[in-house]
Amino acid sequence: MRAILQYFSLLATTLLLATTAAAQPQTLRVGPEEDYPSIAAALSAADSGDVVEIHAGTYYEHGLVVDKPLYIRGIGYPVLDAQEQGEILTIIAHDVTVEGLQLQNVGVSYLKDHAGIRVRQRSRAVIRNNRLVNTFFGIYLERVHEAVIENNELSGVLRDEASSGNGIHAWHCEKLDIRDNWVTGHRDGIYFEFVDNSKIVGNESVGNQRYGLHFMFSNHDEYHHNRFADNGAGVAVMFSKFINMWENTFEHNWGRAAYGLLLKEIYDTRIEDNHFIQNTIGINIEGSTRIVYQRNEFRRNGWAIKMAGGCLDNDITANNFRSNTLDLVVNSNVNNNTFTGNYWSEYNGYDLDRDGTGDVPYRPVKLFSYILDQTPEAIVLLRSFFVSLMNFSEKVSPVFTPADVLDHQPSMQPLSL
Amino acid sequence: MIEFKNIEKAFGKNEVLQGIDLRFTQTGRISAVLGPNGSGKTTLIKSLLGMVLPDEGSIEVNGQPIRREWAYRNQIDYLPQIARFPENLRVAELLRMIKDIRGGASRDEELIERFGLQPFLDKRLGTLSGGTKQKVNLTLALMYDSPIVILDEPTSGLDPVAMIQLKELIRQEKAHGKMVLITTHIMSFVEEMADEIVFLLDGKIYFRGSVAEIKTQHQAEGLEEAIAGILKGQLATANRSVAPKSALQSIMSHLQTA
Amino acid sequence: MLKILKYSTYDLLRSRWAYLYLAFFLLFSGGLLYLSGDVSKVVISLMNVILILCPLIATMFGVMYYYNSREFTELLLAQPIRRRTIFWGQYLGLAISLSVSLVIGIGIPFVAYGILHGPETWNFFTLISNGVLLTFIFSGLAFLIGLKNENKIRGFGLAIVLWLFFAVVYDGLFLLSLILFKEYPLEGFSLAATVLNPIDLSRIMILLKLDISALMGYTGAVFQKFLGTALGMGLSLLTLALWTGLPVWTIQRAAKQKDF
Repeated sequence: MRAILQYFSLLATTLLLATTAAAQPQTLRVGPEEDYPSIAAALSAADSGDVVEIHAGTYYEHGLVVDKPLYIRGIGYPVLDAQEQGEILTIIAHDVTVEGLQLQNVGVSYLKDHAGIRVRQRSRAVIRNNRLVNTFFGIYLERVHEAVIENNELSGVLRDEASSGNGIHAWHCEKLDIRDNWVTGHRDGIYFEFVDNSKIVGNESVGNQRYGLHFMFSNHDEYHHNRFADNGAGVAVMFSKFINMWENTFEHNWGRAAYGLLLKEIYDTRIEDNHFIQNTIGINIEGSTRIVYQRNEFRRNGWAIKMAGGCLDNDITANNFRSNTLDLVVNSNVNNNTFTGNYWSEYNGYDLDRDGTGDVPYRPVKLFSYILDQTPEAIVLLRSFFVSLMNFSEKVSPVFTPADVLDHQPSMQPLSL
Repeated sequence: MIEFKNIEKAFGKNEVLQGIDLRFTQTGRISAVLGPNGSGKTTLIKSLLGMVLPDEGSIEVNGQPIRREWAYRNQIDYLPQIARFPENLRVAELLRMIKDIRGGASRDEELIERFGLQPFLDKRLGTLSGGTKQKVNLTLALMYDSPIVILDEPTSGLDPVAMIQLKELIRQEKAHGKMVLITTHIMSFVEEMADEIVFLLDGKIYFRGSVAEIKTQHQAEGLEEAIAGILKGQLATANRSVAPKSALQSIMSHLQTA
Repeated sequence: MLKILKYSTYDLLRSRWAYLYLAFFLLFSGGLLYLSGDVSKVVISLMNVILILCPLIATMFGVMYYYNSREFTELLLAQPIRRRTIFWGQYLGLAISLSVSLVIGIGIPFVAYGILHGPETWNFFTLISNGVLLTFIFSGLAFLIGLKNENKIRGFGLAIVLWLFFAVVYDGLFLLSLILFKEYPLEGFSLAATVLNPIDLSRIMILLKLDISALMGYTGAVFQKFLGTALGMGLSLLTLALWTGLPVWTIQRAAKQKDF
């Protein structure tokens, strides 16, 4: 028994020694005046754990495959130009770090989702401080665990939706940390499908064709301190559970079918301390249940909140609704959503007992928004005198608008958020 | 020359002029158009000015039909019956404005002097008394030296001094060879001034002739009496034929005013 | 006509009303700009006011002016002047002096604010020109009401009814038919109904210039498309021209046949 144990410990020690000897990292330098003139040569010469240092210059290479754990580092932002020929860097090994590169001109393909950097089925990739310019897809993560995507700049070239790829595209991943990236000019800035237990923090996704963030079938994720602005349709979060979103800014998502945030079939989620500013629709909610909206700022949106199709048990508390054209549209007659302690700039009740909340409940649904919901064509009468008169008379004596959509404790002063 | 040919005019059911044929050919002559209230005097004059459009018939001035024309009004000085002016204009502004719009030579200064309007030139028209307004009205009407002069109730509101000046002015116009048409209710004025009388009754010409003729025809001492005679006769016929109440009333009221 | 126009304008500019109107716009647009500082928002608030007020003031003031200037009119009728010259002159005098009040009242604050160098310049011009157009249309209609009605009270009544109809009732009926016939495609109807009411047409033309048009969704897109085509723009301008021209033409006709 002891012999066997000794044998095994010996075996273990030799194995350990062997690995440490092999892991003695070497640095392979790539550059016009270095050992390796091309990146491909360096990649194939490198052993696991080596550092590949790419010096400044332009490398017309593509189809580079990283099949062992490497630390690929750019010095002075070397440019990897695929000349519209295809994917640049494909990572099919664990523990690869890519840093300080500029990858450009991947080229549009209608058959394959070519990317600047692709990570396939491996764990612990770190991709940071890179610049991706005119890459069809930027960073493409496919069945990846524990990747860190940090501080990259991704700028696509705006084309039509079919010939644009996504900035950061993640599919079937887990434990991603997407942080401080800047994404613009793609179809979707950040795309999540079947991605769980991940974080999206401090990113800025602006001026993308469709969504700043597109988020589907992904549970237990959080995103906060991001800014989503001027995207074609805003941010879409769909078919997901247990998502927490806080301190994000959704602004200027302004277009005929645009919104700050689209929630569709979302359950058990908290949306807190976000800013929704100048969006056609602040939050467009379809069939979402048990969602808490707290301390959000809704300012100058067309509709602050539009709820459709069975939204139950939503709790809308202590938000600011300022200068929105319409504060709320609710299209279902069954309503058990609660509105409490919000500030509504349209509220003109009084506060006799001076407790800071109005003594008369506020009805956030105007008659016009009720009619619009029934007859969307009525929007041609937007801002007509008749509509103002109608809203006023409905406010004085409500007949049509849902009687149970009420804020019983409207705040008299804007809440400081 | 002025010629009315078969003029008919109705305001709704009220037939004001029922076939008027009338010619004024002689210049240097004053014709008085008389008749009870509602007999169509003012309508007749307004149709001459194109302000009222006759339903039937035509009017010619100097041989030209006036319908839809406007330049012929250069030939006419017109004094409207009731002096109504834009209230917040000053007298001088009003005169200047009409002169500006119409252009050409005017003798407004002479008339202002004649009627003693100098102190009122800076007053707003709304603040003037009836008599002063009538003086302004006269000045406006007569300041253009036109061959035809039409005065609708020129005497209303005038004080005796102004009345004398008016008469003098009219005589002067006559002497200048103008054709003068006057409507009035003041019979002494007519007797004194008019060369001929056109008497309108119920929208028709009842009588036309000189003052002397009307007096002899009705065996009356004065014009007033003659007119009263005509109206009484009319009243009698009206009674026989059971005249409508309004005709009776109009005659009665005329008797009172005259 | 220029002389009549000159004196009508002169007469109107002396009346207290023109100044009140001017002062209102000065204070209102100046105040809004000062308080909000956001041109786009101010343009929207002003749009609401202009769409209600310009037609209202033009009709009421138009009828009032017509009746008040009857003496002047009668005085002019005896002068050697064409009838249509008199009425067109007075109408233009009215419409121009109201428009001048509007343009100055809104223009001064905006120009002082630097609108001429900002991106909102065109929105501002759309707003102003629609206000002016509405003023012309509704003062023409008011003049027509005056001409057709000797009775002042009746005239004022009709003027109020006219304004109420175009500013309120029309939209009410419009909305009602949209609701009643919502099963049917309504774009064509909406377009027609909008184009036929000068107030609605102005509102849509202004709204489509502003970024608020995004709120109008599909229907807005239909309008944008319609107004974007030469045909659509031509039709809208034609309707506005008709709305301006028709009263003017009818004024001339009515004036020709009227006894004074």
